[in-house]
Amino acid sequence: MARSRAAPYWLTAPALAVYAAFLVVPIASVALLSFHGFEFYGGIQPGLTLKNFRDVFSDSYYWEVFGRTFFVAVVVTAICAVLGTFEAIVLQRMGNPWKSVFLLVVLGPLLISVVVRTLGWALLFGSTGLVNKALLALRVVREPVAFMYSVTGVVIALTHVLVPFVVISVWASLQRLDPAVERAAVSLGATQPTVLRRIIVPLAMPGILSGSVIVFALAASAFATPAIIGGRRLKVIATAAYDEFLNTLNWPLGACLAVLLLVANVAFLYASNRMIERRWQAVFRESAA
Amino acid sequence: MRVNGPLALAFHALFIAFILAPLAIVCVVSFTPLGYISLPTDGLSLRWFGAILDNPRFIRAFWLSLTLGLVSSLIASALAIPAALAISRHRFPGRDAISAFLLSPLMIPSIVLGVAFLRFFSTIRVNGTFGGLVVGHVIIILPFALRLVLAAATGMDPAVERAAVSLGARRWTVFRRVTLPLVLPGIVSGWLLAFITSFDELTMSVFIASPSTTTLPVRMFLHIQDTIDPLVTAVSALLIGGTAVLMWALDRLVGLERLFVGGSRHSG
Repeated sequence: MARSRAAPYWLTAPALAVYAAFLVVPIASVALLSFHGFEFYGGIQPGLTLKNFRDVFSDSYYWEVFGRTFFVAVVVTAICAVLGTFEAIVLQRMGNPWKSVFLLVVLGPLLISVVVRTLGWALLFGSTGLVNKALLALRVVREPVAFMYSVTGVVIALTHVLVPFVVISVWASLQRLDPAVERAAVSLGATQPTVLRRIIVPLAMPGILSGSVIVFALAASAFATPAIIGGRRLKVIATAAYDEFLNTLNWPLGACLAVLLLVANVAFLYASNRMIERRWQAVFRESAA
Repeated sequence: MRVNGPLALAFHALFIAFILAPLAIVCVVSFTPLGYISLPTDGLSLRWFGAILDNPRFIRAFWLSLTLGLVSSLIASALAIPAALAISRHRFPGRDAISAFLLSPLMIPSIVLGVAFLRFFSTIRVNGTFGGLVVGHVIIILPFALRLVLAAATGMDPAVERAAVSLGARRWTVFRRVTLPLVLPGIVSGWLLAFITSFDELTMSVFIASPSTTTLPVRMFLHIQDTIDPLVTAVSALLIGGTAVLMWALDRLVGLERLFVGGSRHSG
């Protein structure tokens, strides 16, 4: 293709200009804001200081918030990884049309607003109490469980919101799996559990890991679900930052929380993607060939 | 062999029930004839769907979200299409860096973008305006449009274009008659995904929406924070129905699974 050397730059220039003005500048300005002081009566103070970061790290309230955020993200990721992987394997083994119907059912909720999906859980946990009625009827529990405004409730609702990401990612890596490998294992006398443990799960591992990375990052920065199910007292980092910006109006402190979340998120995504790439390079190369 | 056993099917049934339960309960409750959240045990009623029409705040929020979604997804696509064509069909210094930069909003939590836009827009005094919302939404949805156009353009055989040139087609004709039709599914699905993402966006918008520019998800979120009543379940039931129709269309167009491979953002 005979084209001028400048063409790709011209083609990407409009998007790059928009990003420079409306992504780089706002992020930089909020990063800068986190180094400003705040007075209840004077507002945002001139002059740069590390006071916000010192305040956050020396306050046990924020450590509790960080701990809760991390705990919720880890538990949600673990549950999503297990449930999502099994569901993807089950889907993969189905025949059409069921396969495509259920794939649609599992992925479809991703297109529905997270507010609607969380509202559903609020109804099941709280107002109608259907989950507790079912648990009591099945004699799983003796007394009603408090799901609303509890970490358990947040974990269940977030799992529902995020599990499709693991299903789709594992499903994509199972598509590349050669069915002959599985048949070979069976013909050599392997039982189904062995095939699952020794063949399918290891080959689907890149998909399981990359799906889990996405789930962890989204769970750690989730806002709507913890805000609705967790209520006003059960704060995570995102809802705590929301509070500082829109209720307490201590913007520098909120900016500080946002910057910490951003740095942790980007570092985690970068490190885990590099780790997955390095660890599974051989697998990727094989499947590309 | 390669058939699910009874245990696997039981797991599958429970999993599907888990996925559908919260959506089903929203739809069921929205048909209640009573004035509070309850299962419609004696009789169904469309009362709460009628109540939406009497509630201008939800109607206005719906139209705002629709306009916002259309405007910002069109702008995002207009910016993403040339960029995706450049990245997929040219080799140039800085190509990987540009592509990573244009996809980078996917790595930034929406809450961080929300506070960043709140701070920035307040400084330049456009916070709470429709224009501010459009800018914020364009940044959040551009990576989705970009990724799907990229996927379509990368999968294209360059020989087809060369063939057109060798047969005497001019550059503009090649683009219009060969390139564009081949990447069109990517463009359309990218635009649709961008639209849906914008229409559903809550976490960033909640920071930069004002009372006069409240989007539908923000209006619903604020309503739920205040009270959970059958009105908001009726609105949600309509959204579920609308999304189901769109989903069917998207599945026909590209296959839903291809839309999501590679990760996406719909943060809880």
